Formats: sequence, C-alpha cells, structure tokens
Amino acid sequence: MGSDSAAIDVRGVSRIFKGAGQDEVRALDNVSVAIRQNEFFTLLGPSGCGKTTLLRLIAGFDFPTEGEIRLYGEDIAALPPYKRPVNTVFQNYALFPHMTVAQNIGFGLEMLGKLKEEIAARVAEMLALVRMSELKDRRTSQISGGQQQRVALARALAPRPKVLLLDEPLSALDFKLRKDMQIELKRLQHETGITFIFVTHDQEEALTMSDRIAVMNKGRILQVGSPQDIYVRPSERFVANFIGDTNFLKARAVGAKGGKVKLDLSSGGSLSADLPPEGLSVGEVTVVVRPENASISEIKGSDFAGNVENIVYFGTDTHVHLKLADGLPFIVRQQNSAGSTAAVKIGDKVGVSVVPGTAKVIRD
Amino acid sequence: MAIRARRSFSIKTQPGFTTIAMACFFLLYLPIATLVVYAFNSGESVAVWQGFSLRWFQSAWQNSLVQEAAWRSFLVAGFAAALATICATMAAIATTRTVNYPGLTFKYAFINQPLMVPEIVTAVALLIFFSRIKVWTGYTGIGYLVLAHTAFCIPFAYLPIRARLENMDLTLERAAADLYAPPWQAFRRVTLPLLTPGIIAGFMLAFVISLDDVVITEFVKSPGQETLPTYMLGQLRRVVTPEINAISAAFLALSLLLVTAFFFLNRKKS
Ligand SMILES: Nc1ncnc2c1ncn2[C@@H]1O[C@H](COP(=O)(O)OP(=O)(O)O)[C@@H](O)[C@H]1O
Ligand SMILES: [Mg+2]
Repeated sequence: MGSDSAAIDVRGVSRIFKGAGQDEVRALDNVSVAIRQNEFFTLLGPSGCGKTTLLRLIAGFDFPTEGEIRLYGEDIAALPPYKRPVNTVFQNYALFPHMTVAQNIGFGLEMLGKLKEEIAARVAEMLALVRMSELKDRRTSQISGGQQQRVALARALAPRPKVLLLDEPLSALDFKLRKDMQIELKRLQHETGITFIFVTHDQEEALTMSDRIAVMNKGRILQVGSPQDIYVRPSERFVANFIGDTNFLKARAVGAKGGKVKLDLSSGGSLSADLPPEGLSVGEVTVVVRPENASISEIKGSDFAGNVENIVYFGTDTHVHLKLADGLPFIVRQQNSAGSTAAVKIGDKVGVSVVPGTAKVIRD
Repeated sequence: MAIRARRSFSIKTQPGFTTIAMACFFLLYLPIATLVVYAFNSGESVAVWQGFSLRWFQSAWQNSLVQEAAWRSFLVAGFAAALATICATMAAIATTRTVNYPGLTFKYAFINQPLMVPEIVTAVALLIFFSRIKVWTGYTGIGYLVLAHTAFCIPFAYLPIRARLENMDLTLERAAADLYAPPWQAFRRVTLPLLTPGIIAGFMLAFVISLDDVVITEFVKSPGQETLPTYMLGQLRRVVTPEINAISAAFLALSLLLVTAFFFLNRKKS
C-alpha cells in the first residue's frame, strides 16, 4: 500500500460538507486506498456512501478537507481538473449538444493543443474502437442512449488519460444494453491498458467486471480485494450482506487450532470456521455461510438442524428457507441437477451440513 | 379543452369571465386597431375615414425629421442594448456560477433596481447628474442617452440570460474542464455557444425597451436630440395628422416582430 507505483494513491482523505448550522456531513471519512496501474478497480456501495465524492476528488471537481491524493507519486490534490491527466465518463454522459460526435471526441485533444492531423487520426481510431465511425457527423441529440454512452467513453479515452473515472455509467441503460456494455467496457479496458476506476451500486456488476473492488459504506472503505476475496472472505457483516446472499449465525468460540476455530452455535449445533485475519474477539461472534455452501442432510451427522419454512424453485436451483432453534433464518441453495436434491417438505425438521472450510467468522 | 375544464377548477367556467375578458380585450386592442386603421386614411383627419391610401406612410418616410429621429433611436437602442447585454451577461454569470452567499440576494435586487425605482425618479436623477457633467466636460452628444438607456436596459437583458444559465447542465462545464479546457476556453467553447440564444433574446428585449422609452429620454436628451418617441410626443402637441398613426403603426410592426423573435428564441431549448 502507498507505494509510488500506484496509479492513484488516496491517503487519509476526508471530505466534510458543512450543513446548515452545526451539522456536518462526512461524505468521506479517512479513506485510504491504492489503485494499481492497469487495473479495473470498482468502488461499490449503496447510494449516498461517498462514491461520487471520492471520484470528484480524484477528478479535481472538489477538494479534500483532509488528506492527499497522489497520481504516480505526485500530489495532485491542489491541481484544477484541467491540469490532471484523468478523464471522466459522467453518469448523464454530459456530451456537448452543440457539437457533432467527432467534435465531442476531439475536444480534449484540441484543448491539449494537438495538431489537426493528429486529432483527426485519433478521433478516427476512437470512433472505430467504440464502433461509431458511421455516426461521426451526427449531433449528440440524434443518437440513442447506448450510442451516447459509447461517445462519452471515446471522448474520455481519446486524450489517453492515465486514469479513467466512470460514475455509474451503465445505470441509465436497460438490462440487455447494460450486459453488452459491461463486456464492451472490459474489452476497452483491456485494449487501452488504461486504469479504470468504476463506480456502481450493483454488486453483481462489480463482481463480474472488476479486478479489485472496494466496498464502501457511510464514507468509509470497509474492504478492498478481488471479487473472490470479497465474496469468499467478507471482512464484516455489511460486506457479507451487500455482496451476494448470506446466512448469519450466532456462536461462541470453544477452542482454536491452526487458523480454525471450533464454535458452539446458539441454535444448538457446532461448526468449525476460519478465523478473521485480525483474530477473534471474546464473547459472541458472527459466522457467515453462503447458501450454496450448505446442504440438507439427515439430522444425524449434520452440523446443525432447522425447520423448513418455505421452498422456492428457481429453475437451476431451489432455495430451502429454514428457521433455526435460536430463531435465525437460514437459506440452503440446492442445485437442481438430477439426483442431488433431497426431498423435503414445509414443516420438516432437517439437518444442515456446511462444506468444510467455507464458514467464516467476521467482524459484526 | 372541454374535458379538462370539467375535471379541475377552471377560471373559464366562472360567471362573468367571458364578459370581463372581452372587455379587457377591447380596451387593449380597440384603440390600437383604430390607430392602425387610420394610418391608412387618405384624409387629413385621425377621426373621419375618407378612404384607403398609403400617403401618410410615404409622407412619414420622406419627412427628414422622422428620418433623423428614427436613425437616432436605432443608434441609441443599438449601442445601449449591446452595452446592456454585455453587462447583463457578465452579471448573470457572476450571479449563477457561484455558491450561494449572504450578499447574493442583495445583488439580484441591485441588478434589477431599474425595474423597481420609478422611471421619473431615475430620469430626474440622471438629468441633474448629467447636467453637471455636461458643464464640466462640454460634451453634449448622444453618449448620455446611450448610457442612460444602458442602465435601464440591463435588467431586461439580464433576465433571459440568467434563465438560460440556470437551466444549463453544469456537468457540461465540468466535462469541458475535465477535458483540459482552462476556465476561459470552457466558457468560450461550451458555455457561450449554449448561452447564445439567451444573449440574443436579452439583446432584442433591451433593444425594444430602449426604442420605446420616452420619460428618461425626454429628461436626458440635449436640445435637438429627438428620438422617435419624443418626436411623436412633440408632434402630438401640434396638429395631429395620420402621419403619427403611420409612424406608430410601423413602430408597432417592428416591436411585434422583435418580441415574436424573442419568444421563439426563448422557447428553443438547448
Ligand atoms: N455538495 C454537497 N453538499 C453537501 N452534502 C453533500 C454534497 N455532495 C454530497 N453530499 C453528501 O455526501 C454523501 C455522499 O454522497 P455521494 O458521494 O454523492 O454518494 P454516492 O455517489 O455514493 O451515492 C451523501 O450523504 C450526500 O448527501
Ligand atoms: Mg453517486
């Protein structure tokens, strides 16, 4: 962390908005994160958690109350946006309505004082990259939303920024177009080799597109890691809950051995789980189990037991909703491949077995 | 329309509405219609119809006093509207592209002051102010009229420009800055082109307002500096011929043209 090789190095940044009278909003609260060169980095979090604020600080539209932001080792926190080699794809695209598609794409290069021929060549290259060549002379009001999106991308990529910022660029598109653009964005990032910082509140989008994800909540970064890291080893309840479906269990540790801890569940059973990196807190702990890592079994020999409350069929899999003895809900996801599904009915008391090594103790 | 009227409260369904509306309509337009009709009278009277002719238009067109006054009116209105539009554009940018601060409301009031201070007060104040300057400098030219008109035209130019700036998407300017445009370039390449319809509208409104002014002009002008309205006022004190009607009709046509153009420019969205 914090090395000069990071494309963007955010160090202890806070942004406090003064409200009316005494109240203030900590849109960002002591945020530190290092974003590596060439990576597809995603800021993921619910609406209002400070994603846009962080992006605006990196772009230079706003300035941190505390902390510094480094771009390849150089402190840029005080530079105005037009002096930062960072470009933005705006959520509403912000294409210039009085210019054509090609003029929009060439604008940044023009402002950088590039030669006419160079601009023309680069614009043509960008038009080809986003497959918009035949629409280059259209007004931006004469093209569809998806096409506007691609022009916004081309315009931001044309000046070869060191970092590209994308603020929920896909949220205005319908489902099908969104899936296409997700693939398109990955391709563009791969082909241009530019560092992308992508903002979304959609956890599925974050998981499928990112090299690394920072999960944010209430102005803080809770966890940074690869999609697998974050899904398999969430650091705390908020992360586990925000990403994918999760079951939470209450337990008490009764003995640790080699990174594993033996737990007595408050619902009666017992379980072996991985310790969090920072060690174990005393007293009651929280354990997470993903629904696909649990299966219905005979009560005898299972980890714990519960009552079947509901059964929901999803085609490829079936969700069995259980209620445990301590009143907590627990969902088991069963694959519907032939022969693997135990026949259960609502009201049955059944056992649950957890795949060894998949239960994690987390910070609450 | 009928369906709409039944669904919700409509002023149109109130008793007496039609009568009052018709009365207002006639009060407003009947005198103007009469004035325009008699501009085409072939006789000398503005009250007795003697047949159709364009002779008064021709006579007004050839009257050197009318020509001179009209030319002066356009000169003053042109310069005053141009100056007012420049001031108004700068004022509009300064009051919209800023965070809200305590003195801002006061500034709005200050810019719009000519709308609120009675015109006669401004006229008297300017008369006294300029007469001093005339004595000191010895200059008695048209500049005083241009300055006076500029002052009261500013709020009229300011309103459409400000409206357009307020409706403009701020992320466009941000996008320009993001794409390496320093503030001046961002203004010249993005804000200004998008603002142009507002600026033209503001100019035209200021132009019409200046063209129409009597009170301030009457007080500020040096002897012999008649504008079209003050010339007409002077004529009314003497013999009234349909020539005045002809000038008025032409004036009306021009104002209508400008105001209509203003309307369409203002309606056009970015
Ligand atoms: N200019 C501002 N003034 C006051 N509060 C702001 C301002 N911008 C953002 N905030 C507050 O900061 C928090 C984070 O906002 P934002 O970064 O836009 O969230 P996100 O993009 O994650 O939805 C929100 O509570 C928001 O109300
Ligand atoms: Mg946002």
